[in-house]
Amino acid sequence: MSLLDVQGLAVDLPVGGGRLHAVRGIDFSVEKGETLCLVGESGCGKSLTSLAMMGLLPSRARRRAKRLSFDGIDLTTLREREMSKLRGDRISMIFQEPMTSLNPAYTIGNQLAEVFLRHRSASPAEARARAVHLLETVGITAAESRLGQFPHQLSGGLRQRVMIAMALMCEPDLIIADEPTTALDVTIQAQILLLMRRLQQEIGMAMILVTHDLGVVSRVAHKVAVMYAGEVVEYGPVEDIFRRPAHPYTRGLLDCIPVPGRTEPGARLGAIPGIVPSLIGSVNGCAFRDRCPMADTRCGDAAPMHNIGRGHDYRCWHAPEAMLEREAS
Amino acid sequence: MTAPVLELREVSKVFQVRQGLFRSRKPLRAVDAVSLSLAKGEVLGLVGESGCGKSTLAQLLLGLERPTSGEVLIDGQPMTGADQRALARRIQPIFQDPYSSLNPRKSISAIVGLPLEVHGIGSPADRARQVAQMLSLVGLPSRVADSYPSQLSGGQRQRVAIARALIMRPEVVVCDEPTSALDVSVQSQILNLLMDLRDELGLTYLLISHDLAVVEHIATRVAVMYLGRIVEMTAAREIFRTPRHPYSEALLQSVLTPDPGLGVPDTHLGAVFPNPIDPPSGCAFHPRCAKALGRCAQQRPPRSEAAGAEVECWLSGEIARAETAA
Repeated sequence: MSLLDVQGLAVDLPVGGGRLHAVRGIDFSVEKGETLCLVGESGCGKSLTSLAMMGLLPSRARRRAKRLSFDGIDLTTLREREMSKLRGDRISMIFQEPMTSLNPAYTIGNQLAEVFLRHRSASPAEARARAVHLLETVGITAAESRLGQFPHQLSGGLRQRVMIAMALMCEPDLIIADEPTTALDVTIQAQILLLMRRLQQEIGMAMILVTHDLGVVSRVAHKVAVMYAGEVVEYGPVEDIFRRPAHPYTRGLLDCIPVPGRTEPGARLGAIPGIVPSLIGSVNGCAFRDRCPMADTRCGDAAPMHNIGRGHDYRCWHAPEAMLEREAS
Repeated sequence: MTAPVLELREVSKVFQVRQGLFRSRKPLRAVDAVSLSLAKGEVLGLVGESGCGKSTLAQLLLGLERPTSGEVLIDGQPMTGADQRALARRIQPIFQDPYSSLNPRKSISAIVGLPLEVHGIGSPADRARQVAQMLSLVGLPSRVADSYPSQLSGGQRQRVAIARALIMRPEVVVCDEPTSALDVSVQSQILNLLMDLRDELGLTYLLISHDLAVVEHIATRVAVMYLGRIVEMTAAREIFRTPRHPYSEALLQSVLTPDPGLGVPDTHLGAVFPNPIDPPSGCAFHPRCAKALGRCAQQRPPRSEAAGAEVECWLSGEIARAETAA
């Protein structure tokens, strides 16, 4: 049994007179100790997907799912009280902007200890000791003295480390990280990712990493779900997604990024013309067809998910062979 | 080599910073005796971590900040006395965030046409024609002229920002993280556009970016900045093949190319970016440098030039070799 099993997850939000179908029936699963990356561009529904799993959607949003189970617990029927016991304890979350997700009015020590005191029957001294231990684990020097500091006294990289330490206070089984390194310098990004991987191996936690950065995905993911317009359009092991991308959107994205040493400097980069369709009201057919070089009449109907071996799925009417031939010609 | 369009000679910018309400002000050397020149038609990439002084350097070039010491020259003429308006005709910026750099209450045609109006160029009909031309040049449909920024996507807004920068037909465009706020598929379109415009209009770019893959792709030369100093400056191809400064090497290592199986590199940099108010002695990079020697902590390394590369490092091959020979 998977640690997290998601089937048919949908999220919609009221807008104007209609409803915005931000997440439109997605399936994925995460095993113990595994990293799944949700990758896609702004508005593809990746952040709402992670909030939906945490039960942290805005109150006007509506969540539906055929199955949403965490370690055998059915999250769809769980009451808020039970959910809040899981949050921060067995499932925790790291947000993109540590400045807005830490409370500016409380010290680092206070905020770290709070998580532990809430979920464990521990004394303040024990919580403090655990906080110091975790700050050291995430590579913060002079951890003891940091406890009395406020978030604004720390740099962006340090704040993000504090967020990670806080997420780890109760040794969660699953950590959901939404663009944890996007606001950071590349040098700090590499260190934070390295740290998260090491900690993951040590305590065997599973991780869902939400990001738009394909470089990050390729280096840390075991499994990848490529999202477009609220759907998972391609899903599979990281090797398959990068070496044998099957969906035209995935292939398009990979063509857009310059790769030092491989892309000819100054050469034209690939582009995906057009814009993401509106997801308000009913959405018909393949949402990518207006931007797709391969689109034909079939694409007016919702595309089926095909399996092309080893847990590699993609949602498209066209066979991957047809795309390869097209590329060769 | 052709004469530089824009040149910095030993330019420094020092800010007086207060670290607490009752503490005295201390100097922060945001830009520390930087010399560089931009030749016509080149793309100089400026890279470094946040806080290294990249943006201050851009502001000095744009005339938005005055250097504390040193000179900024345009076509060999010192800029300090130059009229701000004359300057704006020749150097224009494109900023990172197309959401906050466009006035939300002005129409696109008003935003793009404003520089012409400010400088009193042409009749209203003339301006309207130039705006229409510029919009089509940056790949925007003519119907957006009457739209407002909130009605456009991020990529379209960045195209508007580019149109506004180019309407004065500047020679130099300072691009400060022009694609960082954009999605991958939009980033590639903007980069393609910037390169096309350079060819068509003979522009010179200073490209500030933390994304080394982007810099590698479009820059002809790269300057690596650390704590106010340019520690390495060399041809783009060269720096990616053989970085000479240990800091350049670490920066390049941190670039995550899409290669599953390679894992996350360990740059051995340490997390602590030094406090610019109290910079380390000697070479400012020595506390984070894996290859630091004893003297790196005591003496600032001189600039050495070899094979078109300028490096400030004691370990730079040329210095070491010169000394063994001596």
